[in-house]
Amino acid sequence: MGTSSVEVRDLVKYHGATLAVDHCSFSVQPGEFFSLIGPSGSGKTTTLRLLAGFDQPDQGEILIEGRSMQHIAPNHRPVNLVFQNYALFPHLTVFKNVAFGLEMRRIALSDVKSRVGAALDMVKLHDKTDRFPSQLSGGEQQRVALARALVNRPAVVLLDEPLGALDQQLRQDMRMELKAIQEQVGLTFICVTHHQEEALTMSDRVAVMNHGRILQIGSPRDIYESPGSVFVASFVGHSNQLTGRVDEVHAAVCRIHVPGLPPIVARYQVNLSISSVSVGTPITLAIRPERVDLSRKPHESGFDNRVPARIEKAIYNGSDMHYWLRFSDQIVWTARVVNGGGQKEFTAGESVYVGWNAGDGVALTQ
Amino acid sequence: MTGPASTASSHHSIRHRRTYWPLIPAVLWMLVFMLLPLLLVFAMSFASRGLYGGVQWAFSLTNYTMLFDSLYLWIYGRSVLLAAATTTICLLIGYPLAYFIARAPTRWQGVWLLLVVIPFWTNFLVRTYAWMFLLRTEGLLNTVLLNVGVIRTPVDILYTDWAVLIGLVYGYLPFMVLPLYAAIERLNRSVVEAAWDLYANGWSVFWRVMFPLTKPGVIAGCLLVFIPSVGAYITPDLLGGAKTMMVGNLIQHEYLVIRDWPFGSAISFVLMAVVVLGVLAYIKRGGVFDDVDVKERR
Repeated sequence: MGTSSVEVRDLVKYHGATLAVDHCSFSVQPGEFFSLIGPSGSGKTTTLRLLAGFDQPDQGEILIEGRSMQHIAPNHRPVNLVFQNYALFPHLTVFKNVAFGLEMRRIALSDVKSRVGAALDMVKLHDKTDRFPSQLSGGEQQRVALARALVNRPAVVLLDEPLGALDQQLRQDMRMELKAIQEQVGLTFICVTHHQEEALTMSDRVAVMNHGRILQIGSPRDIYESPGSVFVASFVGHSNQLTGRVDEVHAAVCRIHVPGLPPIVARYQVNLSISSVSVGTPITLAIRPERVDLSRKPHESGFDNRVPARIEKAIYNGSDMHYWLRFSDQIVWTARVVNGGGQKEFTAGESVYVGWNAGDGVALTQ
Repeated sequence: MTGPASTASSHHSIRHRRTYWPLIPAVLWMLVFMLLPLLLVFAMSFASRGLYGGVQWAFSLTNYTMLFDSLYLWIYGRSVLLAAATTTICLLIGYPLAYFIARAPTRWQGVWLLLVVIPFWTNFLVRTYAWMFLLRTEGLLNTVLLNVGVIRTPVDILYTDWAVLIGLVYGYLPFMVLPLYAAIERLNRSVVEAAWDLYANGWSVFWRVMFPLTKPGVIAGCLLVFIPSVGAYITPDLLGGAKTMMVGNLIQHEYLVIRDWPFGSAISFVLMAVVVLGVLAYIKRGGVFDDVDVKERR
């Protein structure tokens, strides 16, 4: 295995008395698209600023391409940041904005011209070289910011909420484009976002952060399918939960007793979220709304679990139907059923059976 | 549901029906108290001095030709030079100071700004007298310098151009700091960070990004310092003594001592013309009304 593009070891950063980054470690491979996600205040932006060199860590170490970044100023680091609000130079043209980094490094003018041209081609802005940033749309400004970083071919491109300022439709398109550009240039990307769906579609790996700590690192599939904690389960995608106590343990599955409901069978993964499962352990089952099956009859097909509930609300959402299901006074779930032509639609007030298999959900200790 | 639609249309009509009548007081004021006296001065500059100091209304250009006397040109030159030096020194002191204030924690910014403008709470004349005490041969400055051992004999500062320069810088520094503070405070921090991230060193960050983006503040500050400095009257009168006259003192001299109002008018008018033309050239070169700056404001 060669050197990692970025190696973060035991990083600690205080903001005054608050611990903004709490002993974080991760490594990013060359050419990888790595995302840090978490709610605001989770420490992801602080981590990014430590990587860029705008702040110094209180403890721990950052290595970029094997070289320690301690006491190295931002202008001497082989990283470039795509700022949240782009931070384009308002007094410079698109060309001059993109050329800035190359000019600062005293690259020959002919090289500057060809490299800036190539970068602007890549982001499809070759016809806007003489415009000023304020003459561009939000999406175009975003592309300039991206080109301004990529043109330097840094060891790592850092992106701070890269799509945050764009409108919904543009976000969707840019997501795919950003990923395509990253694959094309083959540079390492580290992206910070609070938008978990975006992170899942673009990233090779995702780190979920909360309160300064990294809770889980894994592929988008791992993070979504096998969340390691209740926080990850509810932050990444939506998740329904049931909390109870274990009353029977088998290999890989256990039976959970939830007051007022029939016994629930659930999958568990030792070492991911649970160190050991024994009878009496308090446990939370998390399951995705789209993994839940609804039917009017109790024995329609063989699910491991089948719990009666009442439809509280039914919302037509175009591509799918959203249902709010009430099991008891405290427990409300949501279910998403793909709109396949209206053959199976429920209305508010109806009694249904909610079915799922043990493998569809995951049991987590709190 | 007429609510949103009607609000929108009323906004529309307010924006398009321009009302001018609230401007009437301002227009009247300017007409009576600025334009009329100005015209009077302009007309008077072509008259000549009466035998006992009155104005003789007979058209002549003598006042203007008289201005080319080397004595008067020298005073003009000195005024422009002193004002330019004042502006330069104010900029060199004011920019770092404004930067410091603009980047201080928000609760401290108010305190620093207050300290900058506090001198305005005392009469300018009184403050200039205070400078006389400081700069005198046996004044505070000389006493300190002598005691510290920097100099062996007291230096004569008072009643020299240096005293005038010190007084002017002191008096007009706040006019430089305030617009610069506004410009720097408005500057997007992440744009400066972006330059740093893109391999710029301190020098380049300043000259390539910060200075161009705060240029409107620099220009405003320089104008606010230069214009009053070039016509300064109290400072050169008290700190410069009789030897170092500036245009302001010359005008006062012509009006009140020699009682040659027509010549005084000519000097005033030329001063105004020089300043206006100079300022226009400066703004044009500095590009205050450039596209870029207009766009940047968006």
